[in-house]
Amino acid sequence: MKAWRQPGFWLPVLFILVWGLYVLIVRQDSTREQAFTLLMFVGLASSLNILLGYTGYVSFGHIVFFGLGGYSGFYFLSAHNLPLMLSAILGGVVSAVLAGLIGLAVLRLRGAYFALATIGVNEAARAFVSNFEPFGGATGLFVNYSVYEGFGGPGPALWRTFIYLWITVLIIVVVSYAIKNSRFGLGLLAIREDEDAAMVMGVQAPRAKTVAFMFSAFFPGLIGTLYFFKNGNVEPGDAFSLHMSIEMLVMVMLGGMGTVFGPVIGAVAYQGLRGFLLTNPLFKNLHLAIAGVFLLLIVLFVPAGAIGWLRERSLKLRKVLE
Amino acid sequence: MQLLSSLIDGILIGFVYGVAAVGLTLIWGVMSVINLSHGPVMALGMFSTYLLFANLGVNPYLALIGVAVFGLVLGLVIYTVAVHRVISAPHLSSLLATFAVNMIIIGIGTAVFSTSPHNIDFSLGSISLGPIILPATRLLAAVAAILFTALLYIFLYFTRPGKAIRAVANNRTAAELMGIPSAQVLALSFGIGTALACVAGGLIATFFPFTILSGGPYELKSFVICVLGGLGNPLGALLGGLLLGGLEGLIPTVMPVSWVPVLEFGLFILVLLVKPSGLLGAKS
Repeated sequence: MKAWRQPGFWLPVLFILVWGLYVLIVRQDSTREQAFTLLMFVGLASSLNILLGYTGYVSFGHIVFFGLGGYSGFYFLSAHNLPLMLSAILGGVVSAVLAGLIGLAVLRLRGAYFALATIGVNEAARAFVSNFEPFGGATGLFVNYSVYEGFGGPGPALWRTFIYLWITVLIIVVVSYAIKNSRFGLGLLAIREDEDAAMVMGVQAPRAKTVAFMFSAFFPGLIGTLYFFKNGNVEPGDAFSLHMSIEMLVMVMLGGMGTVFGPVIGAVAYQGLRGFLLTNPLFKNLHLAIAGVFLLLIVLFVPAGAIGWLRERSLKLRKVLE
Repeated sequence: MQLLSSLIDGILIGFVYGVAAVGLTLIWGVMSVINLSHGPVMALGMFSTYLLFANLGVNPYLALIGVAVFGLVLGLVIYTVAVHRVISAPHLSSLLATFAVNMIIIGIGTAVFSTSPHNIDFSLGSISLGPIILPATRLLAAVAAILFTALLYIFLYFTRPGKAIRAVANNRTAAELMGIPSAQVLALSFGIGTALACVAGGLIATFFPFTILSGGPYELKSFVICVLGGLGNPLGALLGGLLLGGLEGLIPTVMPVSWVPVLEFGLFILVLLVKPSGLLGAKS
């Protein structure tokens, strides 16, 4: 397979591999925490990109899969004492199955109607979970301390969670690349350009869209479980935050929609900018407004995102960046 | 009796929801943009009413005229700066551009007003209609809402710029060929939509305490209402507002109030799936 030897593939993989190894070698709690948040957003943005970037469908409430998957994984973990990785995968599976069901219905809608429907799904899920007793209602669920014993205490447990997340994000990037370079991915890209024409050309659009939706929902569910396990609790406000959902879109947009490396760069850049604004005494009070101005400038003047912009500019870079 | 008074109370608030939703649906109908800055704009309407009332002692209902003018200017500015360049771009661009405006308003608003709740200390007592007792502010808010909707109707159907707006909503290319300056018309529609959001915010401020973040839930309600009535259909938006207000009044009489959003958004998704054009038909 020639596709696997392209720099477009190993550049993002190497980036994440080295980053994770660096954190493991430094072995400091603060470095790990920072890397955990960043890697989480890299993973979320990359999985959203599978739907948004490749098929062009704007899932505005994508965080719903992070929340629902996280809740289910957390439930398996704390109520049934399943191992962490198994719970996380089950959380992902729940997300993917729900995405399949939701997708069959809402993926018929196009453009703005689809975006509105996904907002509705997220708000409905948040309101429902707040009233759902097995998930702890409005107060949510807390981690059962006996879970930590299997890891040899909370400290090692957090390191283990980080390693799981790191591996998950690596897999997401590989999957994202594999989809883009497959026949299936080509169909998705055709849907993005013109859905009706793609169907005429023999792309099974309804099925392809649903499968893409399931892929982009599976990983957020998995990441959700790891994230809430790390936090020790899960509650509706954290799990279904519409703001975070839109931040995911911003990250994909910033790095470049439909590229493999773009969401990775976008997530790191956005979080970096936010961290800088939040800690800088000059901008602290206005951090949201400045981030807004920045976003507006990107949307108005560089709509292709960083990677897209570079690819447009130079033929050489187009061979290197995917 | 309890049921009836909850229903009437809900419908009165529904008129105010309706005004906000008419603003959102007007913008969608004319330029196919979902305005994600609608909520913060409503919050600005709340604060401008508050500032006029608390600092200058202006009667909140009189202040609405000033608030509407402020909203119009604000809308023109937002359109020119953020929306005009992405008007023909894919939906994601206009969604993110208006969301950027949302972040800017909330960011500046938080720095200026903080996120602690404010309150307009203004009461007119209550009015009793037979056995039903209603706060007078609710009744006046509904009257004001009807007034503003009537003004909008007269504007859209009986004035030249209003007719131009309807023409652009109908078919922008054809309208341009007929010599209608579409850029100005789009800006004006965005301004009117924003003005309506500000007015709705001002009315809400007369009965609930609010913060700079308070617009968010009303923005979501406006989405639900617009889809209920048919996106791009102002009359549908007003009726959708009444329907949602009525539901909000009735649901708490039969089940815990925390279930209201579950049913609202459930209904929203159901309408999108079964009849995406809404109850009164959307702009195609």
